[in-house]
Amino acid sequence: MSESISKETVVKVSRLARLSLTPEQAEKMTSQLAGMLEHFRDIDALDLSDIEPMTQPYPLKNVMREDVEAKSLDRQEVLDQAPAAESGRFRVPPTIGFDV
Amino acid sequence: MQKLVEIVAGVTSGSTTATAVVEEHLARIKVREAEIHAFNLVTADQARKDAAKIDEDVKAGKAVGALAGVPIALKDNMCTRGVETTCSSKILQGWKPPYDATVVTKLRNAGAVIVGKTNLDEFAMGSSTENSAFGPTRNPLDVSRVPGGSSGGSAAAVSAGFAAASLGSDTGGSIRQPAALCGVVGVKPTYGTVSRYGLVAFASSLDQIGPFTSDVRDAATLLEVISGHDPMDSTSIPQPAASLVSVLDQGVKGMRIGRVTDLPEGCEPDVLARLEAAFDAMRNAGATIVDVKLPSLQYCLTAYYLIAPAEASSNLARYDGVRYGNRVDAADLNAMYAATRESGFGEEVKRRIMLGTYALSAGYFDAYYGKALKVRRLISDDFARAYKDVDAILTPTSPSTAFKFGSKTDNPLAMYLCDVFTIPTNLAGHPAMSVPFGVGSDSMPVGIQVLATTMGEQAMFKVAAELERAS
Repeated sequence: MSESISKETVVKVSRLARLSLTPEQAEKMTSQLAGMLEHFRDIDALDLSDIEPMTQPYPLKNVMREDVEAKSLDRQEVLDQAPAAESGRFRVPPTIGFDV
Repeated sequence: MQKLVEIVAGVTSGSTTATAVVEEHLARIKVREAEIHAFNLVTADQARKDAAKIDEDVKAGKAVGALAGVPIALKDNMCTRGVETTCSSKILQGWKPPYDATVVTKLRNAGAVIVGKTNLDEFAMGSSTENSAFGPTRNPLDVSRVPGGSSGGSAAAVSAGFAAASLGSDTGGSIRQPAALCGVVGVKPTYGTVSRYGLVAFASSLDQIGPFTSDVRDAATLLEVISGHDPMDSTSIPQPAASLVSVLDQGVKGMRIGRVTDLPEGCEPDVLARLEAAFDAMRNAGATIVDVKLPSLQYCLTAYYLIAPAEASSNLARYDGVRYGNRVDAADLNAMYAATRESGFGEEVKRRIMLGTYALSAGYFDAYYGKALKVRRLISDDFARAYKDVDAILTPTSPSTAFKFGSKTDNPLAMYLCDVFTIPTNLAGHPAMSVPFGVGSDSMPVGIQVLATTMGEQAMFKVAAELERAS
């Protein structure tokens, strides 16, 4: 498994996760994640080359419902719970901004 | 504590009323809730209306459901239409879902009276309910101790007599561990038994809803009501719910009960002593104790704390300040996302999102998430081998009895170790339940965990009922 996690990696991951961490938070997170990753090294000793990954516990196939009209959520009831809505849609700040 | 089945019998026969029952429970809430903080919201007015409706129906001679007049509390990560559902997170505070979870619909149809939404570790991430954004829940048996978690509010509500039963969700032990710490029964059914539609997702391949009750018969009764196939949940098993109440008196004579010889270390001696007493009780009741080996169990924490955060980091991406919950305004969309999530999520949730995002990120995926999925297979294969020789397995539910507030909050890994006995069943998708079985050296309850294979609920309930008779 890879070497211990760096603060730079933590900052990069926080950007991927859309979390803005303060430098102090990033520092604390780095040491806590490093501690966990250290613990996770216990599986390094296992030979897993022939093992099939298990993504879910029950062997189910994808299911499709019949293509018939059915009642769905009430649009106004949904929009009433949004932070901002306008003309039957969710309203968001400019999508092309200054800091991507 | 009033039993669920007694309430149903009383309300249905007219010897008591749903109104009287709900008033008793609301009175207990009034006396102790400020101290316990089991609830994020008590829905007293609606509960009174629902109880009155049941009473009218009984009076009019109409058929009432299998849970007629039973006061039930819901973990606050189950959607209730028009009633605030927060997941004990600031990011969802104030959100009123536009639909009911399937379990909520089933409870209502069965005549249950919902008394409120219970506190939890934020987004069900934790083992003590100390991670709630709205303050911790206290253990009703000793308020200096945690109730366990993440469904700590649901466990405390039953233990304190605020509700005759409650529902929780269990991703790595979040029903069974608080049940053990609060001295009540808690069941995590086979994955796919109870619909997850309307359960706010934490780790979708592990999450499962289940009951808390004061005894095994109540748990079987409630689980029968909430189980069954639901087209709204694509992972719901397309089979009818198993009959559970019918097996409770069958005993364990001739059953083979597994004792895990390579149980992960770190369990307190007084808890292990109760486990031995449980094996003795099974032997006395005519069961055979069989040694089983589960060598991959020692890797369960690693597999779980990579898989669950990975799924969570994906599931929690939806809290972006656009469709529901709270928003922190910023100049552009990306800045709004980050500001909203920074302000809305607590520390543990951020830690898990970070861990999961890291485990899934380019360059690390194979080393972490990919490997964890293979370890999950090893654990599942270990169980499959064991269940060729045994009908059920007994382990402790939790390595210790209820611990003091603050004793594990500074060390995430120490908190994660609370789940070492409960996590394996979630990874395998199997059923497991915790049954109170005596007390530890601190006089706090010890829970014994009964595990069974996929769809093995009948065997599990037979053993649980026998344990209860012996306790």
